[in-house]
Amino acid sequence: MNSLRKKIDKIKPHFMEGGKFSRLRSVFEGFESFLFVPDKVTFKGSHIRDSIDLKRTMIVVIIALVPAFLFGAYNTGFQHFRSIGIESGLFQNFWFGFLKILPLVIVSYGVGLGIEFIAAQIRGHEINEGFLVSGLLIPMIMPIDVPLWMLALATAFAVILGKEIFGGTGMNIFNPALLARAFLFFSYPAWMSGDKVWIEGLVTGGNVIDGFSGATPLGLLTQGEISRIPSFLEMFIGNIPGSFGETSTLAILIGALILIATGIGSWKIIVSTFFGGLIMGLLLNAFAVNEYMAIPAYYHFAMGGFAFGAVFMATDPVSGSQTETGKWIYGFLIGVLSILIRVLNPAYPEGVMLAILLMNVFAPLIDYYVVQSSIKRRLKRAKIAIKNQVK
Amino acid sequence: MSISVKLKKGLDIRLKGQAEKILNPELHTLRYAVKPIDFPGLTPKLIGRVGDKVLAGSPLFHDKLRPEVVFTSPVSGIVTAVTRGDRRKLLEVVIEKSGDEFIDFGIADPTAIKADEIKEKLLKSGLWPVVRQRPYHIVARHTDTPKAIFVSAFDTAPLAPDYNFIFDNSSDSFFKTGLKTLKRLTEGSLYLAVDGRKEASEVLANAPAKITRFSGPHPAGNVGVQIHHIDPVNKGEVVWYVNPQDVIAIGRLFEEGRYLHERIIAMTGSEVIKPQYYRIRSGSAIHPLTKDNVRPGNLRYISGNVLTGSKIEADGFLGYYDSQITVIPEGDYFEFFGWMMPGLDKFSFYKTFASKLFPKKEYSLDTNFHGGERAFVLTGQYEKVVPMDIYPMQLLKAILAEDIDMMENLGIYEIAEEDFALCEYICSSKIEIQTIVRKGLDLMVREMN
Repeated sequence: MNSLRKKIDKIKPHFMEGGKFSRLRSVFEGFESFLFVPDKVTFKGSHIRDSIDLKRTMIVVIIALVPAFLFGAYNTGFQHFRSIGIESGLFQNFWFGFLKILPLVIVSYGVGLGIEFIAAQIRGHEINEGFLVSGLLIPMIMPIDVPLWMLALATAFAVILGKEIFGGTGMNIFNPALLARAFLFFSYPAWMSGDKVWIEGLVTGGNVIDGFSGATPLGLLTQGEISRIPSFLEMFIGNIPGSFGETSTLAILIGALILIATGIGSWKIIVSTFFGGLIMGLLLNAFAVNEYMAIPAYYHFAMGGFAFGAVFMATDPVSGSQTETGKWIYGFLIGVLSILIRVLNPAYPEGVMLAILLMNVFAPLIDYYVVQSSIKRRLKRAKIAIKNQVK
Repeated sequence: MSISVKLKKGLDIRLKGQAEKILNPELHTLRYAVKPIDFPGLTPKLIGRVGDKVLAGSPLFHDKLRPEVVFTSPVSGIVTAVTRGDRRKLLEVVIEKSGDEFIDFGIADPTAIKADEIKEKLLKSGLWPVVRQRPYHIVARHTDTPKAIFVSAFDTAPLAPDYNFIFDNSSDSFFKTGLKTLKRLTEGSLYLAVDGRKEASEVLANAPAKITRFSGPHPAGNVGVQIHHIDPVNKGEVVWYVNPQDVIAIGRLFEEGRYLHERIIAMTGSEVIKPQYYRIRSGSAIHPLTKDNVRPGNLRYISGNVLTGSKIEADGFLGYYDSQITVIPEGDYFEFFGWMMPGLDKFSFYKTFASKLFPKKEYSLDTNFHGGERAFVLTGQYEKVVPMDIYPMQLLKAILAEDIDMMENLGIYEIAEEDFALCEYICSSKIEIQTIVRKGLDLMVREMN
């Protein structure tokens, strides 16, 4: 690696202040620190620092996303070939799906990182790693047939209006990936909902076999066709139509285990979201007036984006609740609201995205009350002390 | 009946280079220095000039705002240098030792004289600055009467000296007199905290003070944490604290009438060839200790521990409050894809490195930043290393926003930089947390006075 290091050292002066390309300094530093952890040493405060940094943190989240990504690629192919009635093998399915998702990933990273680079350069900051995760999340929560220009537009919207205007990673109020999805959901609903968008090729018709429906389990439920939804096991494993990464609860749970084992994702949020969903599901069961309300509460975990949202979206440390007590409340309410919107609101077959975005707004309020309780304890202590003095 | 507190939160950083329990005889040291930068918030005013002859106990400079608080020479000799930094900031006053003369401050029985007389004696001798206070973590105001005085007789910081060993080799009588002296300065209690994880040395266990036992990982040994759990500082209240070896110096002042600010320090760190204990005076040059005793390479010399100590040069001086010198390698190297490697040799608070599989391993850590500075991203991490009812991130944000009310409400009066040092160590965004805390404390000092 020494030769590479030497080359970098050679071109480095051009990018520093006064150099020919000093306007690209942030970009250069971004790439340099990607290749090499910098030689910067401590000069005040603690002389040693933990080996972790945001790059390490983000790579763990990406590793946690890999099972869901791999399954998503496989399922995209599987659903496609099923829709046109062709038998296909495991690898054929995977390769088909992989080639379909690749352009989406490239566009998402290209647009998002491009904006991040420019924003960092304007501010004179180092490039933040936040988008490494967002850039992969965005294609994974989209229908596979979403046009690339739409994806680019949504990504730009999410990064600029969702993140950069607030000051970049760490300052945003909303989860950027969900914001991208919400943008498309409300701007181009025809591409984001219905029965045709979830399976590659269905929108254009093509060779789809007669009578084939690409409806997701949630779509079927909203239409009242309870009898046609797949078995729980099938939904849990994920061989169902849906957004690219959301279908396999099993793969997502493997990711959840990685996040929890490394401590990067908050287990409190994950657990409380599932718990909230379960409670709401049971409540609906208890007061069921239609078949949808009566489906077993745990079915909700395997359908739609519930698991994906709970594990990868709700756990975003920046837009979520920042106090430990707050995390319990925050996750619980996401679970409750997701299922509530999903089952009772006829306009939205899925409620996870909106529930998380709504709770993003309320997270600071939750934290405010949690912190207030600590403040009150302190004030009470002071009052007792004064009383004792008077005595 | 002693008070026992068990703490769970915190982190013990396992470093190589723990000092072996061998006490070396006093080394011949020629140069000494008193450094105003050891006292946060101090505006020093120099007394005398280069070339002056001084005795042990002669004043070198005083606090501009409180002229009674003087800082005196640890040895007799000649002032050879006055080092100044940016904007003529006084950095150090260097003395070259000659002879062993000292000013006689007179013997006194602290239990027989008035508290004001005790204070006057401490002030005159230059020993007063060993008494510090919360709020603000600064040299105590001698006009106050604290509600309690604390002495933490153990240290949990990385490679910290073992106070049981130190007290087995120190004067029991001076220590007792020192404690009795301190007891006179408060209307409340005098607390002495010992390590609940080990059997305390006899001197400590039988000390004339309320013994408290704290067990848990670092920062259980921090006096701020102990105050928080025993007698927390509320708005308007003041608590004082003194390092255990400085209590001995106070005892000596009253029993012998001389200012001899001496202590046993631990020479530690992975780059020290023979990490052992030494008896030296405060302000002593570290050169005699490091000579032929450190490994070659680019090294970081620290007066104090790796978390809170101050960076000094190889020919620098021991800090006023420090009982430890640490030498570790500098980390000025590039690491190819360092953030992606499994990390068997990397100690981390987080469970993202393979080193977590070896819970007993000791590490040689360097001064590399391991990343770039970012905004606050991860949450819920600082709380795991601050064993107090305090929300560290919220408090830090209040300090950054200079929101005085919020800082007060969130507990700024109870903390010092050292209590948040672990937050700084584990911070994945590489934020200079101790610097922020100090800024907040300085701001409070200005606003509240």
